[in-house]
Formats: sequence, structure tokens, C-alpha cells
Amino acid sequence: MKFGSLLVTSAIAVPAIALAVISQTGWPAAAPPPSGFASPRTVTITPGTLAYRMPGEFLKSERPVDAPKEDVRFRRPFEIMAYQVSISDYGQCVADGACEAAEGASDNKGALPATGVSFRDATAYASWLSGRTGETWRLPTDEEWAFAAAERFTDDTLGIEETNNPAARWLARYRSEAEAAKGRDPEPKPHGHFGANSKGVYDLAGNVWEWTSTCYRRASVNHQGDVESSTDNCGVRVTGGQHRGYMSFFIRDGKSGGCAAGMAPDNLGIRLVKERPSLFAALKAFWRSAAG
Amino acid sequence: MLTRREALLGTATGAAAAALLGSVLATPALAQAKVADIAGLPRVKVDLVAPPFAHAHDQVAKGGPKIIEYRMTIKEQPMVIDGEGTTLRAMTYEGSMPGPLMIVHEGDYVELTLVNPETNEMPHNIDFHAATGALGGGALTHVNPGEQAVLRWKATRTGTFVYHCAPTGMIPWHVVSGMSGAVMVLPRDGLKDEAGKPLKYDRIFYVGEHDLYVPRDENGKYKKYESLGDSYDETLKVMRGLIPTHVVFNGKVGALTGDNALKAKVGETVLFVHAQANRDTRPHLIGGHGDHVWEEGKFINPPAKDLETWFIRGGSAGAALYTFLQPGVYAYVNHNLIEAAELGATAHVMVEGEWNDDLMKQVQAPGPIPTN
Ligand SMILES: [Cu+2]
Repeated sequence: MKFGSLLVTSAIAVPAIALAVISQTGWPAAAPPPSGFASPRTVTITPGTLAYRMPGEFLKSERPVDAPKEDVRFRRPFEIMAYQVSISDYGQCVADGACEAAEGASDNKGALPATGVSFRDATAYASWLSGRTGETWRLPTDEEWAFAAAERFTDDTLGIEETNNPAARWLARYRSEAEAAKGRDPEPKPHGHFGANSKGVYDLAGNVWEWTSTCYRRASVNHQGDVESSTDNCGVRVTGGQHRGYMSFFIRDGKSGGCAAGMAPDNLGIRLVKERPSLFAALKAFWRSAAG
Repeated sequence: MLTRREALLGTATGAAAAALLGSVLATPALAQAKVADIAGLPRVKVDLVAPPFAHAHDQVAKGGPKIIEYRMTIKEQPMVIDGEGTTLRAMTYEGSMPGPLMIVHEGDYVELTLVNPETNEMPHNIDFHAATGALGGGALTHVNPGEQAVLRWKATRTGTFVYHCAPTGMIPWHVVSGMSGAVMVLPRDGLKDEAGKPLKYDRIFYVGEHDLYVPRDENGKYKKYESLGDSYDETLKVMRGLIPTHVVFNGKVGALTGDNALKAKVGETVLFVHAQANRDTRPHLIGGHGDHVWEEGKFINPPAKDLETWFIRGGSAGAALYTFLQPGVYAYVNHNLIEAAELGATAHVMVEGEWNDDLMKQVQAPGPIPTN
């Protein structure tokens, strides 16, 4: 049994195949929001196009190569949390019995991001938050994360010529990740510490990597660089940060979950996307308010 | 008597030290050089180099025995031992964990000036496992803050040997606070294989492994202390549990990874010197081997060959010689993999060079399982 099949129930099932166009599903709102609960602040990411390097491992003639790039069009705006989910936000989900206590710090001096959370924790938090707010919250896809991250997104190309020496890519990857880790303080920092990017989203690519819903994929490309065949492993998800990370869904501490000879993310955290209400949901909300 | 004369010359201080020297006389005497002869030996002052590297040296000795002079300053200082900023009230030789590697040849004399600056809190000393008598020199080097002592000992046995601090009543605490290192005494004609053929190395990677015991507060967070004295009681309690909170190479989780990873080339021969003053360990080079390994570290014994993992007894230093045959990123670990991956005992070696398809080839890259 593959990890992927274990996940079917908990995953928000955003197939990585839907790469080219991100559409809005607009799920209907759940229970009405309880009073006194503030919906997290979001930033609107306006439509646009992203030259996007696909995540995962790509082989050409059985040899690893840089992933192909693709133009992704975002036709509709989307809302993403301005800050990562904080310790106190996450703590409310724990208090409600809907989330497991995070492995990271639990004392929240000055709005620290929740860390030490797995993909499972992140999705549990998203459904809890959806229930509490009556909105629809979910993890971003890797494409959405990359688009929102804008200039903070690192193209993980190694730019290495095709070679018979497999170690060339291992060494280049290690070197680039070691360079990025140089002097980086892994201690989580308060909201805003790493500043906002050009789209107004805070703390992207600081020292907390963020879970996405995108599955790890291994693909073969032909000589034109087009994907010929691929296998997705949804037991491993893409994390966004200073470099892309690939983490098993149950890992809470990236350092433990990393491999013997690579550089691991410092921390794992959560930033969610809020679905814009569909016409249906808007009508429903209107009805409800009209009735009340 | 040499010992008496040494005592008169001021090498030994105090009645306790003289009494200890008395007991040394019972052991079979090795060839003794007269003090006048020693005075006539050439002196070489050698500057120590911070780990994981070794000071410049000849693998085959040039000329006759020498007196090699070293100076080590004891530094008590807070040291960050992991990526989370956990701080150990460390005690160190020369400010590094492990203390620097000293390399001499058989028949040479090591003359160490051990300095304990006034700013320190604790008395310290040094016990050389390679030296003979006086608790390895510990009884003759007990220095309080503001003092220094000079010890000379003759390198009569070849091999890699641990040195460590051993002050009365506090030995294990000083050792697991960072005070250990290694000496390598090379045969005058260099290293040899089991048939007596010479062996050479291009570089030394000197790995000192420390098991550390940092107390936690009621929330499970590692505690920080204002002073060494403050840290003692609670640290001792954790030590008595015998389960380290950290097992690190060169003083810190990640001290030898990432930007600090070790570097070598295909075809180069590396001598890994691995010291552990307190606790057993089992080095393993993932993807490589130990071509010639002196597990116990003593070069008069023929090296074991083609080892996958070697055993370093707590309180000893071992040496493993390996010629890299493939490029890539190697992990050099304590192959208790929990200690390697969770507690910190991992180093990385980045090896550049040409891939050898004969030794290994990926015949088929991972892909879908074909269906009939
Ligand atoms: Cu000491």
C-alpha cells in the first residue's frame, strides 16, 4: 500500500495534474460563523501569469534534469493569509479538540507562527477554521504559493548540463541549499519579521516552510521537455520556502524528516487560502441575512 | 631517578604529585633519556589548528626526536550546540569542541603549556591517554584560574589517543562539557598496512564526538544558565540518566554539514580521526568504507581492512583511512542512526570527481511498474 492511498480521506484532493489553469470552485459556506471570531487577515492576489517551474523530480532518458517551466494563468483573484497561522490561532483549534498540539513552541510571545505542524495538522486546521468562520479555507497549491510568493519564490533550477555523472546534481543541490542556509537563524520569528513581498504577503521564505496541497511527482519528459508520463505520490507534499521542500505528510519537524545527506527546512508552518464565495454561496448568505 | 630529578627541575609540583610519581617507578622502565640529552633536543613550536583540521606535519619524521611545544588556553564559554539556539555552559581547550588535534612522532616529547585564565570559574587539568604516569599528566597540570603549568611527556606508543580534563570530583562533568580532544603519535616512518607497506593520506578530518546532557525546564525547553556553577546540579542529574540530549560532532548539531561540510576529491585519501572521551560510538561512512582502520587507534597493531562500521570505545580515539572512489555527498555518521539523525551525530563530505559506472549504475530510473 502506498502512502498516497492512506491520504485520500484527509487530503483536500487538489490534483497536481491541474497545473495549467487554476479555477475557482467556490464551495458553499458551512455553518454560520460564531460571533466574536475574527476571520484571519488576507491579501488579494490579483490575476496574472506565472512562468512556473514544476515541482518534483523529472527524468529525461532516465537521467535527472531540471523540471520544465510552464506558463500558468490565474484568471481570478484569490485570497491568501497575510501572515502565517500564529501559535494562538492554532491553539484555538487545539482547544476546540479539532487539532493536535503542535510540536513547536507553545508560548506565544509576540505573534509567533505555529511551527512543528504536519500536513495533517494543516488540513485539520483548515477545516476547523472553515467551520468557525463559515468560510472555505484550504492549503494553497504549490502554483498558488509560488504566484503569491512572487520575487520570494526561488526557481530551483540547477542549470547543470546533462551529464553521465549523477553526483553533479547532488553536489549542486547540496551547495545551493547550504548557501541558502548559511547564517540563517532557525528560531521562529514574530509576524512581520521577514517583511512583506511585493504583493503584501508577509514572512514568505523566512525560516518557516509552508505546506501546500501539491503532491510530489516523478515525471519523464521527452526531448522537447514535455511531460510524457508521471506518477504522483500524495504521501509526500510540496512545502514552500527558501527552497522547495518535499515532506511526508506526517512529518512535523523537517530536520527529522530530511534525508541523510541534504539540507532540511528549519520549521514547518501553515498559511491558508480563502475561497472567494461563489454566486451560490453569496445568494445563500444574502438569503440568510434577509431571513434573519 | 628521572622522576625525582624531574620533580627537582620543577616539572612536578607539590607533595601529592611526588607521591604519585613514586608509583610510576613500579612499572617497567622504558629507555630513559638523560635530562641533559633532552635539553639538547631541537625544539619546535607548533600552533594548534581548530578542528576538523590538523596542524601541518610530516607523515614520515624528518631527523631525530624533537620537543614539540604547544600552548593551550582553557576557555569557559557559552556555546550554541544546535540549530534551536540551545546553549551549553561549555568548558573547552582553545575554545573548540573537541580540543585541537596534536600530531607528533614516536620518540618525540610533547611539551604543553596549559593556561587557565583568571576570567575562568573552574580549576582544570589534562589527562593524556598517550602519556605515562601521574594520571596521564592530570596530577601535574592542575591549574586554578589565573595559573598555568608546563608538562612534558614522551610519546612512547604510536596511535590516536584521547586527552581530557580530569579535575578531582568533577571529571565526567568537565568531559561532557567539552573538555576532550586527541593526540596522534605517528610511527617515525609513517603509517603502514598489515604487510608493512607505507600508507599515506592527503588530508585529515578530525571528528570529536561529544555526548551532551542539557537540563530542561518544566515546559520541556532547554535551560540556559548564568554560570557554570549554576548549571552543575541539574546537569549532573541529567548525566546520571545516561541518556544524552545531544550527540554531536565538533561541538554542534550541523557543525560539519551544509556550509561547513567537509570537502574531498575522488582519488584522495582521507584519514578520519574520531575521538570520543566518554561513550561508545560506531562511525560509518554512508556509501563508502574504511579501507584501513585502526579501531583502537594504535598503529602498532595491523589495521583491519574493508570495514563497513568501526567501533570507537568511549575513552579512545580511532583512525580510519579511506580513498574516495565516487563523487557525491557522503554522510559520515555514528551508525546508531537515532543518534545520527535525531541527536546530531552527522557530518557530510562533498566529494567532487568523475562517476564510475562500473562501481555503480542506475540501470533503470524509478518509474511506473510495467503491466503485462
Ligand atoms: Cu576542566
